[in-house]
Amino acid sequence: MPTKVEKDSITGTETTGHEWDGIKELNTPLPRWWLYILYATIAYSLVYYVLYPTIPGFDGLLDTNNRVALDDKLAVAYERQAVYRDGVAAHTTDEIAGDPELLSFALAGGRSLFADNCAPCHGLGGAGQHGYPALGDDVWLWGGTFDDIETSILYGIRSEHDETRFSEMPAFGADEILPAEEIAAAADFVLSLSGRAEDEAAAAAGAEIYADNCAACHGEAGEGDPSQGAPRINDQIWLYGGERDEIIAQIRKPQHGEMSPWVGRLDPDSIKMLTVYVHSLGGGQP
Amino acid sequence: MGSHLWGAAYMAVSETRGLGQGEVIYEESSVRLFTIATVFWGLVGFLVGVVIALQLAFPLLNLDLPWTTFGRLRPVHTSAVVFAFGGNALLGTSLYVVQRTCRARLFGGALAGGFLFWGYQLFIVLAASGYVLGVTQSREYAEPEWYVDIWLTLVWVLYLVVFVGTIIKRKEPHIYVANWFYLAFIVTVAMLHIVNNLAVPVSWTGAKSYSLFAGVQDAMTQWWYGHNAVGFFLTAGFLGIMYYFIPKQAERPVYSYRLSIIHFWSLTFLYIWAGPHHLHYTALPDWAQTLGMTFSLMLWMPSWGGMINGIMTLSGAWDKLRTDPILRFLVVAVAFYGMSTFEGPLMSIKTVNALSHYTDWTIGHVHSGALGWVAFVSFGAVYFLVPRLWGASRLYSEKLVNYHFWIATLGIVLYITSMWVSGIMQGVMWRTYDSLGFLQYSFVETVQEMHIYYVIRALGGVLFLAGALIMTYNLWRTARGEVAAEGPAAAAQPAE
Repeated sequence: MPTKVEKDSITGTETTGHEWDGIKELNTPLPRWWLYILYATIAYSLVYYVLYPTIPGFDGLLDTNNRVALDDKLAVAYERQAVYRDGVAAHTTDEIAGDPELLSFALAGGRSLFADNCAPCHGLGGAGQHGYPALGDDVWLWGGTFDDIETSILYGIRSEHDETRFSEMPAFGADEILPAEEIAAAADFVLSLSGRAEDEAAAAAGAEIYADNCAACHGEAGEGDPSQGAPRINDQIWLYGGERDEIIAQIRKPQHGEMSPWVGRLDPDSIKMLTVYVHSLGGGQP
Repeated sequence: MGSHLWGAAYMAVSETRGLGQGEVIYEESSVRLFTIATVFWGLVGFLVGVVIALQLAFPLLNLDLPWTTFGRLRPVHTSAVVFAFGGNALLGTSLYVVQRTCRARLFGGALAGGFLFWGYQLFIVLAASGYVLGVTQSREYAEPEWYVDIWLTLVWVLYLVVFVGTIIKRKEPHIYVANWFYLAFIVTVAMLHIVNNLAVPVSWTGAKSYSLFAGVQDAMTQWWYGHNAVGFFLTAGFLGIMYYFIPKQAERPVYSYRLSIIHFWSLTFLYIWAGPHHLHYTALPDWAQTLGMTFSLMLWMPSWGGMINGIMTLSGAWDKLRTDPILRFLVVAVAFYGMSTFEGPLMSIKTVNALSHYTDWTIGHVHSGALGWVAFVSFGAVYFLVPRLWGASRLYSEKLVNYHFWIATLGIVLYITSMWVSGIMQGVMWRTYDSLGFLQYSFVETVQEMHIYYVIRALGGVLFLAGALIMTYNLWRTARGEVAAEGPAAAAQPAE
């Protein structure tokens, strides 16, 4: 069929004699290196088919597959950790903290678990953020002993779990328990508890309102009560902000944080390690 | 098929009108429209890409509105660049190339060309508006819901009829290699599109549908589609562009006819099986993963056949790279094609994939192909076409083509190097254990480390977009028949 086979003057190769819209083609043979690499990839694949899973039900001469390989690797990893994991399983959190080897294992595991599961809210290292308590200080909403921390992690705060920690501050404004001016006076008094009163007279006027409505949970001097999750309010640590208008907003219609229960999502030993880790962040109580 | 009868009747009309006089009058009105749409959707796609790249670096730019979140804009970006920019480039060039290499007027003429154009734009607008409003099948690169899919099927079947009809009418004894690739693209995309979108609508008046497949079969169907969208839309189709525009611009014969045959058939045969490499280490059975990996490896040389034929066609014309910025776009495109078709088989190897999968390395890989190959070869083709389609003597400014080339190339380099570093770092951080066997880094920590690379990537995108704006300006002046005062084209500055 080719009609006009020519010799290309530059390469010395013949054309095929076809032409389309001025485009011609040289009849250059396949580059050898190209062909040999193609053959090599085919040969490699054929060897691979014999050694690795290629047909359903046959795992190749190496007799392996993804699932088996993963199980094997995990088994080795668990084997290496076994002595520590058994130790964690057999001891309570305060016992783990008393054993230097178990402690360093639990801190390493707890750090890893915390970063993946807790840090999105509580921040890396437990730094906390607006609405999410910092865990690196020594002020605790629900107590900072090993047992307190473990209970919070296991059952959560205001969660759907039956054992959850639960408390709720009344909405003094939204539910019309106190008029706006009394709420403002109470806020002025609360500011005075941490030595930040802007108006001494107004703060004095709020003292009685505070004593009647707030002290039962937050304490006479604002020292808080971890047994019922009532925050301490005579320091500089504020979950929802410590400015006057932020305090008023919180008295009017309080925001309440939630934390999900981790029992069932993490195994008990992981929760123990997390407890030990959180306890170590700065404010763990004996 | 009804459209066939209609087409035959129309052909009879066009025969008497255009072809009887010996001179073929090519149908170019639709090619002009497709060229305009290529540039327009390119700008849209690059702009949305820059926006979502910035969103990843600065999440506040999600604006807290449902319509502007990353999740909705990301398919707008991918569809705009792949199907709107790339698709219009493919449709436009294929209609141009098939007529000239067959020496035959388009089957169906201007009417069919016009319907194809407006039908395809309607598909794009329906798809994109759905994404922004939250209408999606959640299948990557196949997000449009059933009503859009049906419309595209109709348009695509007409495309096939028009293309094959033109080939049948040809005055040349042989079918040119570019048309093999275009045809493989059209036929395979039809098959992929129909099978992957088999779904049952919840109601005829609602947008929602459910896929016919479930579980791992669903995943496999999706990645059979997804990988071959890369293989036949972004590779075979654009090789069709390469096979026409490189020999035309270089004014040299195609390097090897034999290589074009072997690499065409080996590429078409092997590509279709490579999809399972997207599902390594998942619930997909091991034997299917083996299939995907080995066929990807064997695909390396068939892919490189196109690169060799593209680059070696310049034998005897290498000096033109110094003076012809259009040829530079086309040849650098082929070089990026060679690089990403080497990287692809490499990443399909299971042990490499264990590191690269789910990381930014994949994003970098895709963009070295998308920006370097698909976009550059399209830019070259558009620069070639516009003066010819609008009857201009030459481009308005070759200097501006040169600026476009270097700015866009710098953008690509920033993009892919930042994603390589970010992706490999991410993969390594994910798999780092401490001495006691616990993960060293949390996901949050990897995200923090990636921030700077996301900023660099966005900068690369901005440069790429800036280059496209320069091109748009240049083409606009060209279409108006203007020529910049910068001396004759031959005296354009050599490559730095």
